[in-house]
Amino acid sequence: MANFETPEIKEYPTIPLIKEGVMAHSKPFISKDAFQQPLGFPGELLDNWQDVAIEKMGEMLGKYRGLQVFLDSCVKCGACTDKCHYFLGTSDPKNMPVARQDLLRKVYRRYFTFAGKYFPKLVGAVDMTKEVLDDWYSYFHQCSQCRRCSVYCPYGIDTAEISMAAREIMDAVGVGQKYCNEIIAKVYKIGNNLGLPEPALRDTLEGLEEDVLEDTGVAVKYPLDVKGADILLVTPSADFFAEPHVDGLIGYGKVFHAAGASWTISSHASEAANFGMFIGSYENMRKVALRIREAALDLGVKRIIFGECGHAWRVAYSFLNTLAGPFDFLDPRYPVPQHICEYTYDLLKRGALTMDKSANDHMRLTFHDSCNVARASRMGDLPGGQFVIPREVIKASCNHFYDMNADTIHEGTFCCGGGGGLLTDDLMEIRVKGALPRMSALKQVVEEHGVTHLAAICAICKSQFSKVMPYYGFQMSQIVSVHQLVSNAIVLNDKQ
Amino acid sequence: MSLSAAYTALFYVAIVIFVVGLGLRISKYAKTPAPLKIPTTPAPVTQGGVVLRMFREVVFFQSLFKGNKWTWIFGWIFHASLLLAFFRHLRYAMSPDNILWPLVSLEVVQSFGKYAGFAMLVGLIGLFGRRIFVDRVRYISSPSDYLMLILIFAIAASGLGMSFVAHTDIVSLKAFVLGLIYFNPQPLPSDPLVLIHLGLVALLMIIFPVSKLLHAPGVFFSPTRNQIDNPREKRHLSPWAAKLETNERS
Ligand code: HEM
Ligand code: SF4
Ligand code: SF4
Repeated sequence: MANFETPEIKEYPTIPLIKEGVMAHSKPFISKDAFQQPLGFPGELLDNWQDVAIEKMGEMLGKYRGLQVFLDSCVKCGACTDKCHYFLGTSDPKNMPVARQDLLRKVYRRYFTFAGKYFPKLVGAVDMTKEVLDDWYSYFHQCSQCRRCSVYCPYGIDTAEISMAAREIMDAVGVGQKYCNEIIAKVYKIGNNLGLPEPALRDTLEGLEEDVLEDTGVAVKYPLDVKGADILLVTPSADFFAEPHVDGLIGYGKVFHAAGASWTISSHASEAANFGMFIGSYENMRKVALRIREAALDLGVKRIIFGECGHAWRVAYSFLNTLAGPFDFLDPRYPVPQHICEYTYDLLKRGALTMDKSANDHMRLTFHDSCNVARASRMGDLPGGQFVIPREVIKASCNHFYDMNADTIHEGTFCCGGGGGLLTDDLMEIRVKGALPRMSALKQVVEEHGVTHLAAICAICKSQFSKVMPYYGFQMSQIVSVHQLVSNAIVLNDKQ
Repeated sequence: MSLSAAYTALFYVAIVIFVVGLGLRISKYAKTPAPLKIPTTPAPVTQGGVVLRMFREVVFFQSLFKGNKWTWIFGWIFHASLLLAFFRHLRYAMSPDNILWPLVSLEVVQSFGKYAGFAMLVGLIGLFGRRIFVDRVRYISSPSDYLMLILIFAIAASGLGMSFVAHTDIVSLKAFVLGLIYFNPQPLPSDPLVLIHLGLVALLMIIFPVSKLLHAPGVFFSPTRNQIDNPREKRHLSPWAAKLETNERS
């Protein structure tokens, strides 16, 4: 299928011996001027890029306490070295979280610390050279910012934060990543990652209404830009057409229908994803997030609910209030924003939905905790609600549910391999290799419990799995949306 | 200049560097804003919960326990012995009329403290062994990482040497330390173990603020560990991010 080998799934998870440099060739396409300008970044590598990079680093050290503390505090204990799926899948030591951080730390030490200025060899400090920059470009695009390493670090050092900072510095000197920056530019121009304009969106939603009517005999609505609706649904644009995402969107519509809710999608904020986070740019992340505020004000809604997407939920849950708040114009009885799983779960608890679990009897399911939901957000009132609520929704929709190995779920969940802005064809090798730990855990439940399908609540996970599962001998159709299960099981009647 | 005078000067310099250096770092950490809510979740939703989480991290190394049992056991033994040894040493810096005297002269502190030195060596050897034998840890180690372990090992070993092998004149040593504290310099016993032990301790204090030993204050300032998980309930806004807003909306 490609010019690399898919790693072999071992019977027991093993920690590989390091193999230096084996992934040094992995690099995403470089962004062009046309995608750099709208984000406020130079179009190509600046002549005085070294000075600009160091100056930018200094500026960020003063703006982000996390960065400063993380760069100082690492004791090289090594607890994180075997925690990254990209290291486990590639054996490249620079994919060990601490070694990835060190790519930046060694430059930090050289320019910003006493020891690095006067005793560089002793503490492994180096100058900011083109070789270093190339290494950054390669290895900071082999980090999906999944935060798994931060769970096990005694100081909570989060390599995701370091990757974001490195990408921000690279953007500032003119070497951006095409995939992310092109997409952000598209959001500014059209309103979503896919560049789907309003008429196309309307068409798609009307098509869904026809399909659902045909399937169920019930006229479920998928409204767009309805002023005065109660709920604004913000969902990843992949939900509008990709498989299995769209089946999830169909499910959200059915839930709203069953609840008798008034809701709408906005063409101005027709995107839950916020790639501004991946490139570590507060300004761009904020600009994207403000579109949601504008849409909510413009449509006069009372609540905001997010569809199934991992990093989008992180930005929504953890950052939206910061970036685009305060949301004092919304109904104070509800948290802002809410997750569609929280919404469905509330209805289930109140007995407001009729579910026929046997509708999913052709599947035996397991659930993939998406990293950003698991380690960077919450659902419901209690810590850990992000693990309980989606599972409760799944269990209310099917009869056969089995969790994967305890080391690979909840806060220890393994990334799908495609998060953090890596979901692009030019990074296929690292995506496939990084999926190894998750695929191993899946294989185990397939063998032990006859699991047939993997459910997820993230647009990136879903796209990534449908692409990489065939490399491991699974089929792309084995990945399903959680609200697809809801959609199958929910019993609608026309009076609602 | 006599040896005693040199050591007196060395200690004053070391103490100033340690206190000022560490103070500057801590004030930098305290002043730098954390613009976004980034606790590693599941995270506590109350301030009390955060205090408990921090307590578990600092006292039990909870995250490290999840991460690697060998590093945890050696690391924890090392730090626990370090703490005990520290308390035991307070006796040399206090006169018996000090209110804390009864505490530091407790039998547990003094006798456990004495043997803690051996536990410390065990912990340090374990940590050093991991650095050499585990290929991943070897890869991430710089010379400074080995030297730091060797330095602390040498401090502990020279200390044990005085406790168990070549006893030093503890009475005049104590006079020297109290002399430092009360700005009334006293002569230092000049057997080699004392000189090595004290010299290395001064060195440790000097490098503390410019080395990875900053992990000790750092852990308390780590946003992934010290933030409350309440972004929906309470708006979190850093001063520099607030400035972005004032221009647009008001
Ligand atoms: C709040 C106080 C402190 C906490 C919570 C703490 C915690 C830790 C943890 C969790 C580790 C990683 C595990 C290990 O390698 O042992 C570590 C490493 C280390 N700590 Fe501390 N520590 C503290 C204070 C100190 C102090 C005061 C010193 C020194 C004088 C020190 C010296 C070291 C050294 C040298 C290492 C590296 C060990 C190695 O190379 O493997 N620590 N610390
Ligand atoms: S954040 Fe995830 S991908 Fe990045 S280094 Fe840590 S474990 Fe690896
Ligand atoms: S676990 Fe934390 S302190 Fe230990 S090596 Fe990794 S980043 Fe450094």
